[in-house]
Amino acid sequence: MAIIVTEKGLPVIVQGITGHQGSFHASQMKAFGTNIVGGVTPGKGGTSINGVPVFDSVKDAVKETGARASVVFVPAPYAPDAVIEAIDSGIKLVVIITEHIPFHDMTKLKLYAKLMGARLVGPNGPGITSVGIAKLGIMPNSIFKSGPVGVVSRSGTLTYEIVNTISEAGLGETTVIGIGGDQVVGTTMQEAVRMFQQDEATKAIVVVGEIGGTAEEETAEIIKKEVNKPVVAFIAGRYAPPGKRMGHAGAIITGNKGTAQSKIQAFQEAGVKVASKPSEIPVLIRQKLGNV
Amino acid sequence: MVDLLEYEGKIIFKEYGIPVPDFKVVSDEKDIPDFNERMVIKAQVPTGGRGKRGGVRIVNNREEAVKAMNEIKNINFDGYRAEKFILEKAYVIKKELYISVTLDRSVEMPVTLASAEGGVDINSVPQEKIYKKPINPFVGVTEYTKRELSKFLGLSEDHAQEIGRILVGLYSIYDKLDASLVEINPLGLTDKGLIALDSKITIEDDALFRHKEIPVRYFGLDEIELEAKKKGLSFVKLEGDIGIIANGAGLNMATIDLIAQAGGKPANFFDLGGTDDPEKVIQAIELASKVTNKVLFINIFGGVTRCDTVARGVVQAINELKPKFKLVVRIRGANEEEGRKILLDHGIDSMLNLDEAVERVVKLAGE
Repeated sequence: MAIIVTEKGLPVIVQGITGHQGSFHASQMKAFGTNIVGGVTPGKGGTSINGVPVFDSVKDAVKETGARASVVFVPAPYAPDAVIEAIDSGIKLVVIITEHIPFHDMTKLKLYAKLMGARLVGPNGPGITSVGIAKLGIMPNSIFKSGPVGVVSRSGTLTYEIVNTISEAGLGETTVIGIGGDQVVGTTMQEAVRMFQQDEATKAIVVVGEIGGTAEEETAEIIKKEVNKPVVAFIAGRYAPPGKRMGHAGAIITGNKGTAQSKIQAFQEAGVKVASKPSEIPVLIRQKLGNV
Repeated sequence: MVDLLEYEGKIIFKEYGIPVPDFKVVSDEKDIPDFNERMVIKAQVPTGGRGKRGGVRIVNNREEAVKAMNEIKNINFDGYRAEKFILEKAYVIKKELYISVTLDRSVEMPVTLASAEGGVDINSVPQEKIYKKPINPFVGVTEYTKRELSKFLGLSEDHAQEIGRILVGLYSIYDKLDASLVEINPLGLTDKGLIALDSKITIEDDALFRHKEIPVRYFGLDEIELEAKKKGLSFVKLEGDIGIIANGAGLNMATIDLIAQAGGKPANFFDLGGTDDPEKVIQAIELASKVTNKVLFINIFGGVTRCDTVARGVVQAINELKPKFKLVVRIRGANEEEGRKILLDHGIDSMLNLDEAVERVVKLAGE
């Protein structure tokens, strides 16, 4: 099995499909095996792009295709509205790729999604891939291999680097979720780790964190109390200067809070092995899992 | 992040019903009126601790004010000079309090922080002396929160209403202006009631598109950082001699960590982002060249950004710039074979393995 994306053939739409990113990644998702049933771009309804029908609204798309998940590529100023439209149309899983959505919008979107029983993944992340099931997002298709490792990460390309390393070492993944680099994200690291603990197919968990906030420290607390599967962590930003935003909106050390040191220590205290470089991750997983 | 100056914040405070002293913004001695009472003149600079450096002075008449202003103009505040000043009444302050509204990443909601121990850095106040309460954006500031807050701060009945209004004002500013921090420190308890004696408002970059009224200017950035920011690139200057370009924030930070762990000294953080335009790669190399002394390390994991795009950009940039430093390129992922071939055709050797690339970078930097 997997987490969040667990159903092969789950009907998925792409919001913002006629844009450069949207059209490219809709094709890539299809190539991965995702059941892309339609796209939405207001004003472009009735057309099609790479064989995928385009609708004017999410409501129309859901009515015609039975879509139950959406991947959002809509630019930041319009993305919050696109997410609400998806939720209002009955979509229960919305993966937001868009970056630069103001966190004020995200705090409200998150509350709204909770109220309406929908799950958000992202924004400002690569989405989620369940190997052998479906990919909702922009991770490169070539890096995956079916296997026992669940990966949760705050990053994009660093996730690819690490997943690639895990695959090349012969291990492979169940689900890889990029929760996004923003201060407020739809699905948190804490939730993802809890879900991986519940997921039978996942035998080991890799947590990829970075400076800023306290998600890693809170995740370490959860691991200590609730997780009996082996966990390996990697923290980026050990040498990041305080007070500087390192690319991601969420990656900033404020005062003495959010340092890599604090996160590494929290993980170590929870019995989590912390890798000092990506290539060490599969080695540490193997040590804990034995031969798989 | 855009930080507003004190006087800009106080103008906004006034609009939202938060009491501020009557103030005048002055920049030249001819702006200073005749007066004969206890006033304070304050440098408008974007740095903390200006009081300790003589940027805030009590003055009793025009002559003293002019003298103080001219003296303050000569003070260097972390590279900034005061061009504007607030001239305002100096109140008799019975007590200095603290109150702010900011995002609490842990609860994923705005939160109000308040303390009876104001006038100091809130991070130095013990947790038990800080009132902390999330404000649900679907609900806003509740009446019971106002009562709790007033009680926690030990305010008398007549100030309970005032603190409630101030909290509503702060939260409204946070919400309407997409602020990440709205802070009053200190909030003075005076014989005229509660008055905001200072202001701090920080607005998130991501929200600036809907706030044309906010002046976009950045404090505390190095020249190259500012240039990158104007081009929409994310660049942070570090102290070392090894220039770094990577795609993605996480990979960038990890690359810096690996270089530093191996004994090298990274010169910068530089996120190329996702691009399929070789021109952007050239721009990036140009910018990184400015901080690179010994080796430039380009580390790409291709996805949205394809390796052949990067390779084309690298070849062109090297031909144009003819840099004196050495270059190490490591590319993996989308179109890596094509990318490596383009580089090799132009005599540039690229690497696939990250650990080996890091090792080479540090070795070359040591030569």
